Amino acid sequence: MAENFPELIDTRALRIGIDDGFNWVVANYGEALEIAFLPVLRMLTETERFLQWLPWYVVLLALCALTFVTTRSWKAAVGVAAMLFLIGLTGMWDAAMATIALMLISTLLAVILGIPIGIAMSRSDTLQAISLPVLDIMQTMPIFVYLIPFVMLFGPGKIPALLATIVFAIPPVIRLTNLGIRQVDAEVIEAVTAFGATPRQRLFTAQIPLALPTIMAGVNQTTMMALSMVVIASMIGAGGLGYQVLQGIQRLEVSRGLLAGLGIVFLAIIFDRIAQAYGRRSQQHLNLGD
Amino acid sequence: MTDEQNIKIKVDSICKVFGEDPESVMDLVHQGISKSDLLEQTGHVIGIRDVSLDIAGGQTFVIMGLSGSGKSTLIRHFNRLIEPTAGHILVDGVDVVGMNQRELKEFRRSKVSMVFQRFALLPHKTVLDNVSYGLFISGMNRKKAYDHAMEQISLVGLDGFENHYPTQLSGGMQQRVGLARALATDAEVLLMDEAFSALDPLIRNDMQSQLKELQARLHKTIVFITHDLDEALRIGDKIAILKDGELRQVGTGTQIMLHPADDYVERFVRDVNRSRVLTIGSIAEPVDGALEGLPADTPRIREDTMLDEGFRALATGSGTAIVVDEAARPVGVVTPKTLLEALAG
Ligand SMILES: Nc1ncnc2c1ncn2[C@@H]1O[C@H](COP(=O)(O)OP(=O)(O)OP(=O)(O)O)[C@@H](O)[C@H]1O
Ligand SMILES: [Mg+2]
Repeated sequence: MAENFPELIDTRALRIGIDDGFNWVVANYGEALEIAFLPVLRMLTETERFLQWLPWYVVLLALCALTFVTTRSWKAAVGVAAMLFLIGLTGMWDAAMATIALMLISTLLAVILGIPIGIAMSRSDTLQAISLPVLDIMQTMPIFVYLIPFVMLFGPGKIPALLATIVFAIPPVIRLTNLGIRQVDAEVIEAVTAFGATPRQRLFTAQIPLALPTIMAGVNQTTMMALSMVVIASMIGAGGLGYQVLQGIQRLEVSRGLLAGLGIVFLAIIFDRIAQAYGRRSQQHLNLGD
Repeated sequence: MTDEQNIKIKVDSICKVFGEDPESVMDLVHQGISKSDLLEQTGHVIGIRDVSLDIAGGQTFVIMGLSGSGKSTLIRHFNRLIEPTAGHILVDGVDVVGMNQRELKEFRRSKVSMVFQRFALLPHKTVLDNVSYGLFISGMNRKKAYDHAMEQISLVGLDGFENHYPTQLSGGMQQRVGLARALATDAEVLLMDEAFSALDPLIRNDMQSQLKELQARLHKTIVFITHDLDEALRIGDKIAILKDGELRQVGTGTQIMLHPADDYVERFVRDVNRSRVLTIGSIAEPVDGALEGLPADTPRIREDTMLDEGFRALATGSGTAIVVDEAARPVGVVTPKTLLEALAG
């Protein structure tokens, strides 16, 4: 038998320490945290209920209109209509609405949190040096690892699913906000400073508008990652299309898994189209000097 | 008024060293260590070494030098986009280096504005919004800012383009937007860092003429950076020459052309078409009784005529021409020999 790695430190103690510490947090703060996140939960369930309450053709028309406004392409709009129609036809409508709600709310929260973090990072080299490796770790960590602490804190349900999705999906928007602002033409920043702009005016009149295409690319990636997380999140009770896939696996119903999986792909295509086209539009006047 | 009484900007022993800990190498800098030695020994780069200048109000003051001589670094001290390692800048007697953030902001909004080499316009804003930018951020209401900006757009000849975006304009037009933006705040001091260097020669000529016309009307104090001596001679009332962050010579164009201070300046001067930048007055030989002996039809030339325009006058007549001032009083004579000598340098 090969030689085992020598036990230099007592990992058992370390592991017990970490687990005990975490359990202590759960025991003492679990309930407080749950209460703190109630408004978020409400927001999610209300959005879900609202989307399911809307007549299907309203949702379909709204998404088609949004696609047309951003892409200016009839083909894309018709494609979106067809995909949504198929989702409805295969009996996945309500599940799809639940998935859209989870994706929208988690993307929204990730963006609301991620952009300010990205801005802070762009202003401080120290903060950037600390944050980049953390973001790297967050993006390489297997998705399942995120579920453990959140499920322990909240038990299975929508809140841990939402939080795990946010943590999983937030790195791109932080990363690209930081990058976008740092890449803004230094001479333009000098110019606005030379005219007496305050740091806040500099941010809102120059840095954010000029970084917007990059920031939107980040939002786009975050949206896609949130969508890819919904299948996993369904395992801890998020519902939606992911839950249908899970049921398909559990009951060995290939058809159900396949149809729900197709629904997820359709949603991914739709939101990718919209987000990308929006990113391109906001870039229209920004190719100065190239 | 003499220059001494009318100093608008006083640059007082400015030093700028780039690097980890500039203070620590200042002793070496004062001892006169060379730029390359300092870089090799300490990893610090000298941007500006002990530059002092007096710039008179209403003057177009040109700072010139080759790439890397520290022109951009120097001009960015005037509105403190760069903090000096040592020294002071006084504008109207107030030390810019000593200003706090609030004072600096007010100073930048009202006293001094800047035009950039690569235009530095905001690509997501229209011409009108770009030109009114300085007014807008200092809190002027939109209508008033737009009205004022429209005047500046007219002034630089861009009527009708106010709703275009910068990318829809040519380089020359974009820089006129940059100029209008700088004029819009009514700042008395205009900083121009190689403002015309990115433009092609014909457009560049137009812009130089336009700047001269505007300046004749507006009487700003202009600090203009260039690496082109022709441009410097054309628009500058005074010219300062920088090398490796050090001041080599300050003077009028003619002074620099006729008496270059050292080899470096000499080399700049050599390639210039002297007939276009020297005036007849600057080469005239003073009159002493000799005037009487000349025939009555001897041609007369105004002293502020450029040499190239004086050729014709000399070609006619006996070969000598009388140089006169504005009031037609003789101040000297020129002969083909003096002219040729001046052209030969
Ligand atoms: N931020 C900086 N850090 C380190 N060195 C710098 C920095 N900015 C300028 N320098 C150095 O200072 C010197 C002067 O640079 P500066 O940009 O002022 O030159 P310039 O005369 O404007 O040249 P150009 O005609 O190429 O614009 C150069 O040697 C440059 O490398
Ligand atoms: Mg420069």
